[in-house]
Amino acid sequence: MMDNLSLLVQAPVLNIQLLLDGLFIGAIFALAAYGLALVWGVMNVKNLAQGDFVIMGGYIAWFLSTWGIHPILGLPLAIVIMFGFGWVVYITIISRVIGKDLFTSLLATFGLALVIAQLLNLAFGPEVQAAESGFEINSFFDGMVTVANIKFISLILAGLLASMVITFMKFSRMGQAIRATAQDPRAAKVMGIDTERIYAFTFALNAAICGAAGALISMIWVIQPFFGIAHSIRSFVIVTAAGLGNLPGVIMAGLGLGVAEIYAGFVFGAELQQFTVVGLLVAILVWRQIQQRRHRQAVQ
Amino acid sequence: MTFNWRQLALYGIIAAAGIAAPFVFPAYTLQITVMWVMILFAVTWDILGGQMGYNSLGNIFFFGVGMYTSAIVQIGLVYDVAKYASPVGGIKAVFTQEQYFTGLVLGFIAAALVCVMFSVILAYIVFGLRGPYFAIGTLGVTLSAGELTGAWEYVGGGGGIPMPVFPGEPDDRSLLFYFLGFGLAVITFLFVKWMFSGRFGLAANAIRDDEEKAEGMGIRTMRVKTTGFAVAAFFLGMSGALFGNMIGFVEPLEVAFPTVTFGIFMVIMCLLGGKGTLWGPVLGATLFHAFKEVTWTYMLGWQWVMLGSLIIILVVFFQQGLVGWMQEKWPEMFGIEIDEGTVAVALAGPEIDEGPRRGGAVQ
Repeated sequence: MMDNLSLLVQAPVLNIQLLLDGLFIGAIFALAAYGLALVWGVMNVKNLAQGDFVIMGGYIAWFLSTWGIHPILGLPLAIVIMFGFGWVVYITIISRVIGKDLFTSLLATFGLALVIAQLLNLAFGPEVQAAESGFEINSFFDGMVTVANIKFISLILAGLLASMVITFMKFSRMGQAIRATAQDPRAAKVMGIDTERIYAFTFALNAAICGAAGALISMIWVIQPFFGIAHSIRSFVIVTAAGLGNLPGVIMAGLGLGVAEIYAGFVFGAELQQFTVVGLLVAILVWRQIQQRRHRQAVQ
Repeated sequence: MTFNWRQLALYGIIAAAGIAAPFVFPAYTLQITVMWVMILFAVTWDILGGQMGYNSLGNIFFFGVGMYTSAIVQIGLVYDVAKYASPVGGIKAVFTQEQYFTGLVLGFIAAALVCVMFSVILAYIVFGLRGPYFAIGTLGVTLSAGELTGAWEYVGGGGGIPMPVFPGEPDDRSLLFYFLGFGLAVITFLFVKWMFSGRFGLAANAIRDDEEKAEGMGIRTMRVKTTGFAVAAFFLGMSGALFGNMIGFVEPLEVAFPTVTFGIFMVIMCLLGGKGTLWGPVLGATLFHAFKEVTWTYMLGWQWVMLGSLIIILVVFFQQGLVGWMQEKWPEMFGIEIDEGTVAVALAGPEIDEGPRRGGAVQ
């Protein structure tokens, strides 16, 4: 561990490599987390299957790439398929748990996560996969820093997708209806908004966002059927750290988590990379609690 | 009085069945022992999850802590743990009868005490969290405990650590662990039954129904919650010590902190049987374990898909569980066991539509 730390100090260029890698995956984490925040804020459902949606999107892109379709072209297909899948999941499961207590939705989506992970495992096997994009790799600083072109492209795509979703939420009729429903479902209903359809659309939109994030992850990182839970927890970490309805916060937290994870993986070794994510979650929850306690004292 | 006789007869039948089982089905002793452990899991989960409304996804944490504590104590009494656990140049460990049983007893005690200690510390961290945050927070604690233990070389890291070998016949060994498991489950059940027959049970249910009001009524909610947590930890720690010794090998992710197997089983078993009831967890655990043991091997890789679907179906369509369903269907059969809530609802007449409760809560 100390060796790795001193290596970072002696070769500062390495920091650039780690930072860049962290930012590239962090952007995708932020994308998935935005989807979670959307569903959480609009319909108050905590989706523990979020990460499995991501992995599913990744498998769609990877599977298409084995058929010779480039993963970047697979991306829109993943979005469309996941949108449909999200709609089906909403109708079959989520619509029935949405009015019940919060643990119900958590547990139902946990069951869903198990099913998705196991079905992917049965279909594609437990091996780690990555979609081959065929772009070349650039090196900077005499080969000390290497960045594959696909990572730049994925960053741009992630930004593009995020801005599309945000524009959609801000200006389209549907986006306005979603935001109205989030503010007050009853009032929205009175105003003639079909809230049931809004919920279905929101959940499907979230699945589509996850599908896009997964397709990007399959290009620049690896996917495996059981990596879903880690992605779910990442999304929860980001959303809990940033708070709901705080878009810049989600982006910052996503990028920060990506960097933190890559650094931890480098310094402590790969075994503790997972722990970093989970440990951060616990740390953030504890910190929030201390903050609230202080707030409560101030109110009294 | 008739009711008491029926209850006594029920206890007698269960006790007789429990004592006779390993002699009648000697080939299935291990499976039946695991069933008792499962019942213990479900009953302890229900203390918080069912009765207090704090749905934990991480109670299995104490199972793992108990397992590792007992391993360290049992081995550490005789050998150097780090040397014993290291895969290369390890020592050939032999435990005499005296060493083994002293270790076993001390290991059980240490496991229970360390778990209680952890539960009190953890209570400060997790009980400020409400609802889903509590579930996710406890899940996070357990997942990180598994990952951390996997990186802790002193106890063998991810490679695991073998437990001391039982000095004696294999049949004696399985019988010993069977009766330990049986006894532990029975004691747990009776203790929880006793605990919830008094003020504690009322306070716990008050917290479940409305924590703020309960606090306003002068219930020390934090103390009640911590007590419940510590009791669950106490018994779960001992069950961990038992399970580790029975399996004979302790490993962080699959054996000690199995979040997605045992950790989720305990929730499903409670839901299946009916959470918040005394017998629900017992019934749910028995049925679930029997069903699982019978069908698991025939499902050829589909068992996890089935399990996930079972969770979804239970949560979506069958929330009240078997005992809850029976209570609704034949309330007279349960006589005095109908709780005030049901009566109040019945008195209040048809359910009042409170309008959509969903959404809106952008916290």
